[in-house]
Amino acid sequence: MAILETMDLEQRAGAAVLLSKVSLSVEKGEIFVVIGPTGAGKTTLLRLINLLDRPTAGDIIFDGQKITDPSCDTVKARRRMAMVFQKPAVFNNTVYENVAYPLKVRGAHGKTEKSAVHQLLETIGLGGYARRKAKTLSGGEAQRVALARAVVVKPDLLLLDEPTANLDPVNVKMIEELVMRFNRERGLTVIMSTHDMQQAQRVANRIGVLMNGQLVQVGRPGDIFYSPDNARIAGFVGMRNMFRGYIVRNEAGIAVINIGGRDIQTVSDLPVESAVEIYIRPEDVVLAMTAASSSARNNLRCSITSLSSIGPLCTVTVDCGFPLEVLVTDKSVVEMGLSQGQELYASFKASAVRVLPSMPR
Amino acid sequence: MQEIWQALVQAVNLIVSLDPEVIQISLRSLYISGCSILIAALFCIPLGGLIHFHDFSGKRVVINIIQTFYSLPTVVVGLMVFLFISRSGPLGGLELMFTPTAVVIGQVILIIPVLTGMTISALSGVDRAIRDTALSSGASNAQAMWAILFEARFAVVGALILGFGRAISEVGAALMLGGNIRGYTRILTTAISLETQRGDLVLALALGIILISIAMVVSITMNILLQRY
Repeated sequence: MAILETMDLEQRAGAAVLLSKVSLSVEKGEIFVVIGPTGAGKTTLLRLINLLDRPTAGDIIFDGQKITDPSCDTVKARRRMAMVFQKPAVFNNTVYENVAYPLKVRGAHGKTEKSAVHQLLETIGLGGYARRKAKTLSGGEAQRVALARAVVVKPDLLLLDEPTANLDPVNVKMIEELVMRFNRERGLTVIMSTHDMQQAQRVANRIGVLMNGQLVQVGRPGDIFYSPDNARIAGFVGMRNMFRGYIVRNEAGIAVINIGGRDIQTVSDLPVESAVEIYIRPEDVVLAMTAASSSARNNLRCSITSLSSIGPLCTVTVDCGFPLEVLVTDKSVVEMGLSQGQELYASFKASAVRVLPSMPR
Repeated sequence: MQEIWQALVQAVNLIVSLDPEVIQISLRSLYISGCSILIAALFCIPLGGLIHFHDFSGKRVVINIIQTFYSLPTVVVGLMVFLFISRSGPLGGLELMFTPTAVVIGQVILIIPVLTGMTISALSGVDRAIRDTALSSGASNAQAMWAILFEARFAVVGALILGFGRAISEVGAALMLGGNIRGYTRILTTAISLETQRGDLVLALALGIILISIAMVVSITMNILLQRY
């Protein structure tokens, strides 16, 4: 059951269109992640849902109620949600008072609630901090306080606007784990925005891609990362090997595509002569010394043009008529003795190539 | 320079010996200016909030006018109030002339611009994120405004201390409206003015030191109270 739906939501600021025809549906109990580059409209969308701003057009339905209706009680609707902002914001008061604030404005601050606040502080790892001044906390601690303040009233919907954008890796991990824990233990529905693809993959049940104010693709993490709908999304989610070509022939769904003079076998139903864009994920390509060692349909003779190590992995760029990036482990680089100028084979399956019809430009 | 040292010694003497007249004058100063700041605060903090939280055309102009009146001369205030409450003025029938009430009226008018303007500045100094955080925490508009005011409390108390300082240290309005009547409207500043004219510079200076001490004690007390919250 959808707990939140937006219908043709639109937000303009003067001539600028911040959001355009955004229609999405979030299911009860899921973690829905909105990804998109900076300025895509993620914050605008979450602020509209939290009723902090009013949309110029469109509606928001929250638990069956049209909350964008002028007759709707804004405060009442807002009290069923909670939001954490990108910049950790704390009241200039004690940590306890910060977390207890939502209870106090609701006039619900009895003994049970007090102990709930203390328990929550334990959960976020700030057990002994109740009387500390919130302003003296680090960014990560302040953001955890903001998260505790958001969930203390057991909302039906938690909105997180790039909650970890300014935090160190340890705090990023803590916040993610807390969010997933609240989601799991309390069935809390979460809408979170981020520009971090890996984070989206880690926490999301479903992902919506927001670009230039438009919701361009919604799907499960795998759908977005392995089958992006267009070149912009592919570029944004980190698809690096993108090439243009045309279909030379198509035999029973196995389309042969000419890329820079080389034939690549792919899986596609597009007709011969179609102009296409193809993507090959760097981790789907295998390097081998001989052509026969792989069952993949594509075995391209190539030479290494560069190697660059990133942590435990190494990006190897090979020239096979076109520059192809390949991701291998540092260990393999040493074992295979890979070096610049070396001749070898790059192989990948026909099904590993994502084929999209070329967009008119 | 000899006078300053003597004045310091005399000031300490007057305080330690609990000189009845000095104590009475000091308490009256404290009382009159305390009333002024309290009345002004009850009026100015909501007014500052009203101006800050509402968008209307000419808001900038209003704020500029308020800030211009920071430099309102005390004698001009004295004169204006005088015209209203003197026997022939529109409020002459209330017989307020040369009463402590008249002095309070003058001081309130004097500090209204400072207190209102500084309240607006204090509220504008609060991060917008506080409003968003309060609202998304479920606060009503009124509760969110209160949260913002609470966030600005240090600056607002600073404005109160400044307003109190302006009230207790002014002499123009107090002299013109109170008349420096002994035992009735004589306060520290009018007494200093009188003793200077009489030529008792040491007493005048001693009273000046007492006045500054009072301002200091008030300021420190307020800050200590503030630290608790």
